[in-house]
Amino acid sequence: MNGNEVVRVIDKVSEGRGITTLRFELDRTVRPGQFFMVWVPGVDEVPMSASYIGKLKGITVREVGEATKALSSVKVGEMIGIRGPYGRGFMQPAGRYLVVGGGTGIAAVLPAIEMSKDRSIVDVALGARTSSELIFEERARKASDHVMVSTDDGSKGHHGTVVSLVDEMLSKRSYSQLIACGPEKMLFYLLEVCKKHGVESQMSLERFMKCGSGLCGSCVIDGRRVCADGPVFLGREIDEMKEFGRSKRDEAGRSVPL
Amino acid sequence: MKGLRTVLAGVTLGNPTMLASGMMGETGASLAKAAMSGAGAVVTKSVGLEPREGYKNPTLYEADGYYINAMGLPNPGIRLFKEEMREAVSSGVPVFGSVFASSIKDFVTVASNMEEIGASAIELNLSCPHAKGYGMEMGIDPEMVHDIVREVKGSLKVPVFAKLTPNTHSLIEVGQAVERAGGDGVVAINTVKAIAISVEFRRPVLSNIYGGLSGPAVKPIGLRSVYDLYDNIDIPIIGVGGIDDWRDAMEYIMAGAKAVQIGSAIGKKGMTVFSEITSGMLRYMEHNDVREISDLVGVAHERK
Repeated sequence: MNGNEVVRVIDKVSEGRGITTLRFELDRTVRPGQFFMVWVPGVDEVPMSASYIGKLKGITVREVGEATKALSSVKVGEMIGIRGPYGRGFMQPAGRYLVVGGGTGIAAVLPAIEMSKDRSIVDVALGARTSSELIFEERARKASDHVMVSTDDGSKGHHGTVVSLVDEMLSKRSYSQLIACGPEKMLFYLLEVCKKHGVESQMSLERFMKCGSGLCGSCVIDGRRVCADGPVFLGREIDEMKEFGRSKRDEAGRSVPL
Repeated sequence: MKGLRTVLAGVTLGNPTMLASGMMGETGASLAKAAMSGAGAVVTKSVGLEPREGYKNPTLYEADGYYINAMGLPNPGIRLFKEEMREAVSSGVPVFGSVFASSIKDFVTVASNMEEIGASAIELNLSCPHAKGYGMEMGIDPEMVHDIVREVKGSLKVPVFAKLTPNTHSLIEVGQAVERAGGDGVVAINTVKAIAISVEFRRPVLSNIYGGLSGPAVKPIGLRSVYDLYDNIDIPIIGVGGIDDWRDAMEYIMAGAKAVQIGSAIGKKGMTVFSEITSGMLRYMEHNDVREISDLVGVAHERK
């Protein structure tokens, strides 16, 4: 049963510019890469990846619109509605793997770094536009021996996109698989890099969602439900999607350019 | 699968399972996916004259054994739906075009367009329980239903089915009105009007307050509706409401449905639900020496 529940926020952490983590207790098993539908009464209900999946669960919000602003303003002690966890998460690859997070996509892949019992077999690449938006670097270093960072403006780490950083990393070391979450344009080019190096990947996709529970079909990409068949798809599945990197659906189901 | 062949007002289905309206039916690719996964026919999401974004979230309340949804009829509008239908129709199974409107004139326009872009049949949404001015608000009035069905039927070549609401004491009268107006069949039932309240927040959960109850909890209501309609009308009945497995589907067929639609079960089981149901039906037929699924339609009425 993963239906509607109300939880009390027991911890709130500012992670970076306009980025906030809310922590709460929820007695449900969550796999890395799964998401919740998070309800702020009177405002909206939105899909949010789980950034913490232990006893104390967490979501990490970046303020972009009305719903995320409202979520960021929730205070410790206040309540939010939670449905889920939903979706197919990341699977633990056999052998050494590389975890890539772009922007707030970092929050969604952090549990995939921590799912490895052996910190020497999971490498990490984190990218953001600028250093103040680079989140969870210390947390990643606690779970991995090899963490690289990039910023588009060069304010920290590799100067350039995380895709170019990953291209370099894949040239230097071999991985059985790559795990990624970030903006779709980033994933689009990342998939090209993976294909170039012959590395299979698992990527978390994002689409406009209504029900979140595999029913309504508002989040479909090429006939597959992001909420229930994803959000994590294999690179070879994504490669067959005509809409990936090109178009998405709006609230009325109209196809619009990405 | 020969024994599962079903004919609905001249439309032939390879098997009696159909994707219900509102489920995954917004895009051509998802309709085609349901067809490839074994559905005998698919029904589009309800399409109207103009694009509609639907209601704000929350649009779904989920609990053990049921869902309550109020999506608010989101759809891209009939003009943009042409592209989706092209892909859906290419799947090879009959595509039922579900349409909604707030006037008889608009019903005729949307249904005619739906026929032009390839629908094998039209399903009139006379039963959505949560959209003001649409659906159930028209579908509980036998005279209104009669007039809509007659006008739409008069302007189309393809068969016209009316999807009925259980939220009325006059379900049978509405079904008879469809038959009297020349309708080719009825689909029963749409969701049951319902609400959910958050005790912590002391307010309704859904943004629209009201929604439609679906899932296993509504099966007995759907079955009763099909059973009653079978005794009172002679046009084909398509049964829908809480079908999770082949046994549920068979109950509907024995109550009098010639075909069944699957909705909520797709949330938990995904598209494999269609092949799961059809193989279960075939096993039952083999064990009981039944050659044609049509031999089982309405058999429960013989044992009152």
